[in-house]
Amino acid sequence: MTGLVLDNITKRFGSVAAVDRVNLSVPDGSFVCLLGPSGCGKTTLLRMIAGLEEPSEGRILVGGADVTRAPAHQRDFGMVFQSLALFPHLSVGENIAYPLRIRGVAKAEQARRVEELLALVRLPGFGERPVSKLSGGQRQRVAIARALALQPRLFLLDEPLSALDAKLREAMQVELRQLQQRLGITTVVVTHDQREAMTMADLVVVMNEGRIRQSAPPVDIYRRPADTFVADFIGITNLIRARRGADGTVRVPGGTLAGIALPAEEATISVRPEDVRLVPPHEAAITGRVDFVRDLGASIEIYVEADGQRIVAVASPRERPDLQPGAPVGLALPADACVVLGA
Amino acid sequence: MTAARPQRLRDYAPLVFPALMLTVFFVVPFGIMVAISFFRRVQGAFYEPDFVFDNYARFLSAFFGQVLGFSLVLAALVALVAVTIAFPFTFLLARLSRRWQVVWLVALLSIVSLSEVIVGFAWSTLFSRTAGVTNILVALGLMSEPMSLSPSFGALLTGLSYHAFPYTVLVLYPALARLDPTLMEAARTLGASPPRAFVTVVVPALRNTILATMIMVFVFALGSYLLPQLLGRPSNWTLSVLITDQAIYQSNLPFAAAMAVFLVLVSLALVGLSLLVGRKEAAQ
Amino acid sequence: MSRLFTRLFMALVALVLAAPIVVVAGVSFNAQRTLTFPPVGFSLAWFGEVFTDAGWRGALLTSLAIAAGSAALAVAIAFPLAWFLWRWHAPWARLFQALGTAPFILPPVITALGFLSFWATAGFYGAPWTVVISHAIFLVTLPLVTITLGFSSVDRSLTEAAATMGADDRTVLRTVVLPLVTPYLVSGYAFAFVLSLNEYIIAYMVAGFTVETLPIKIFNALRYGYTPTMAAVTVFFVAAAALIFSFVARFGDLPRLLGAWSSNES
Repeated sequence: MTGLVLDNITKRFGSVAAVDRVNLSVPDGSFVCLLGPSGCGKTTLLRMIAGLEEPSEGRILVGGADVTRAPAHQRDFGMVFQSLALFPHLSVGENIAYPLRIRGVAKAEQARRVEELLALVRLPGFGERPVSKLSGGQRQRVAIARALALQPRLFLLDEPLSALDAKLREAMQVELRQLQQRLGITTVVVTHDQREAMTMADLVVVMNEGRIRQSAPPVDIYRRPADTFVADFIGITNLIRARRGADGTVRVPGGTLAGIALPAEEATISVRPEDVRLVPPHEAAITGRVDFVRDLGASIEIYVEADGQRIVAVASPRERPDLQPGAPVGLALPADACVVLGA
Repeated sequence: MTAARPQRLRDYAPLVFPALMLTVFFVVPFGIMVAISFFRRVQGAFYEPDFVFDNYARFLSAFFGQVLGFSLVLAALVALVAVTIAFPFTFLLARLSRRWQVVWLVALLSIVSLSEVIVGFAWSTLFSRTAGVTNILVALGLMSEPMSLSPSFGALLTGLSYHAFPYTVLVLYPALARLDPTLMEAARTLGASPPRAFVTVVVPALRNTILATMIMVFVFALGSYLLPQLLGRPSNWTLSVLITDQAIYQSNLPFAAAMAVFLVLVSLALVGLSLLVGRKEAAQ
Repeated sequence: MSRLFTRLFMALVALVLAAPIVVVAGVSFNAQRTLTFPPVGFSLAWFGEVFTDAGWRGALLTSLAIAAGSAALAVAIAFPLAWFLWRWHAPWARLFQALGTAPFILPPVITALGFLSFWATAGFYGAPWTVVISHAIFLVTLPLVTITLGFSSVDRSLTEAAATMGADDRTVLRTVVLPLVTPYLVSGYAFAFVLSLNEYIIAYMVAGFTVETLPIKIFNALRYGYTPTMAAVTVFFVAAAALIFSFVARFGDLPRLLGAWSSNES
């Protein structure tokens, strides 16, 4: 039995479909990231799962039961908001105990659970503190503990780490993933940060303009993007225009490629910069000229101009290619690194 | 960046006119009023300079105590009624679409700026025998014949609460418009029904705002002067009515001034308290 | 709260807020010289009387003149003060800001009595222009608040940018700051204008025996019985206030003026 099923979910605001016929099945205990640019509908989708918005069409099933019309307070899901939404008039302990208090859990049991949850998020002894006296990371943990207090069937997080600085965010990503694995709780996180998605998720769902473009494990999303949007949105890639040659070869700007089949007359090929190799011009499949060299210390990016197409290659600093702008250069694109996408 | 300190004398030039106007026409009149409160009243004339506490001593009379007590109770009741209705109302108002908020705000501003004369006239019409609400009750068969509902304490309380309501909404509006909407949503995802979330999160989170608003409305109601005369009986007259009566009709400016000074002290103490309460919340 | 309950509650508040005004408006259309509701017959005669009767017309014109003058004076006091407080860091000058706010927060009877004492002592008791000054001081709070808000919304780097292009303080104020603050200035004027139009106690105490503004005229007339003309004047007041505030809302950001954060997205 699957944990969460979204069946043809649509949300319209006026004539605009913020979420457009989304189908998704999330296995029990897995960690899903909804990833996409701002305005892609990912937050609206999460809010519908939480019961804060009502879908215009479609059904939401949890553990096989239809919860589409159930009000938020009857769903038993834990949610962490982007603003965290910690109650300013309550202490850390009172915040975490709030859902227990609402359910009429006995005082002693509340206290016991609060201690347990504070230990879980590694804030033991913080119960009495006012939330205003906490650091960003600590507030984050309190919000997580509060959302987990009811042992929810589903754990939802809306851009939970966006307020933290870069270093703390990376640390919290690891911590959140480890926590989720320990509890085995089905989790849906909304994020616009692909590193975050790659770090935490079992399943990455890339959305754009209200639709799912691809849902796959992180490695596949990176290695096997489904379309040009996903290829371009996740990491850096070269999108190369290609057309079928008369002799069955694949013609690209600056040369031809072998070992690749195009499904149509024209297509786009995605190649990650780290897969593009620099070779002497006479051995190369593609030739061009160096346009610009970016030395980033940890790596060197070479921008190559090949018959009007820019191709970026990444070299390790140990190779130290001695290239000046304007110098002729050859490029090799391994066939297994080339992903053929629709035009 | 922050603003610099004034460098030259010339930089103070813009301050001259406002400072002069506010000093001459607010500080000085205020000072004169305080001075007059210590003057001695002269029968047949206005008053003559002196330094006596007679005017303050009159506070100790039973009549004055009664008027003061009534004024305070009335203002407290008005504050309670207005805030009790206005708080949930403003909460809902702040969540309307922008267009509807603007419509409401225009309506509220229009009513709050109405003169007490107009409000008093409108309500005494509504409470009258010939044009009032009782005619509707008669038409519905709930009453046998129309009657006049004013003057009465109920009419006065209604009129004052009506006048104070839009004021209360406008005082509460900033705090409720800025309230993080995810607090309510968080409470809902944590298992609280919307009314429960309102009571357990919104009200306690803004308890200091509510208290400060009560005090502001209290002072507002304390200043009402015409409504007690238009909608209430003479026994419902407030300190503000008494002050005007003494100043204009009894020509006893010293006593009126003494009462005014007293009212200032009460009001200032309360406003100061509300600022203090408000600051405490801002610091949280 | 369920949507139905919410709508019902809002509708009820709207009903109570509108009721007295609706009744008064109804009464003003009465064909007879009595206050009855629902109105008997339909007549605009009482509106006509406001303009034809010398007493009512005089009071109307007096009120308009006092409101226009005192609102202008209030803005003239508030603007340089707000500008100074924004332009310079001078904590002690906040005293004047407090002075500008006090008259409006204190019970108006107190301010009224202060003015009465002052004008009587100065020997100008009863002169019409004393009402203009008194109202300006009483209402200076409103433009002070709106204009201060206006300045706080001006990005200071704009003035620095203008300064690097060779504009001196005055030129920056005139060419950069003033155009940005103008909507707030206009709303401040509008607020003060409407409140002056409706103000009773101060005008009455300062010059009640010589100057008859509309509220004073209504109150005086109330003692001799209610007439539909008063209802017509009341309708005029409500309409004037609604019109002016709609105007402010049309050209300014009313929710922001009243303290909400910048316009919300919904």
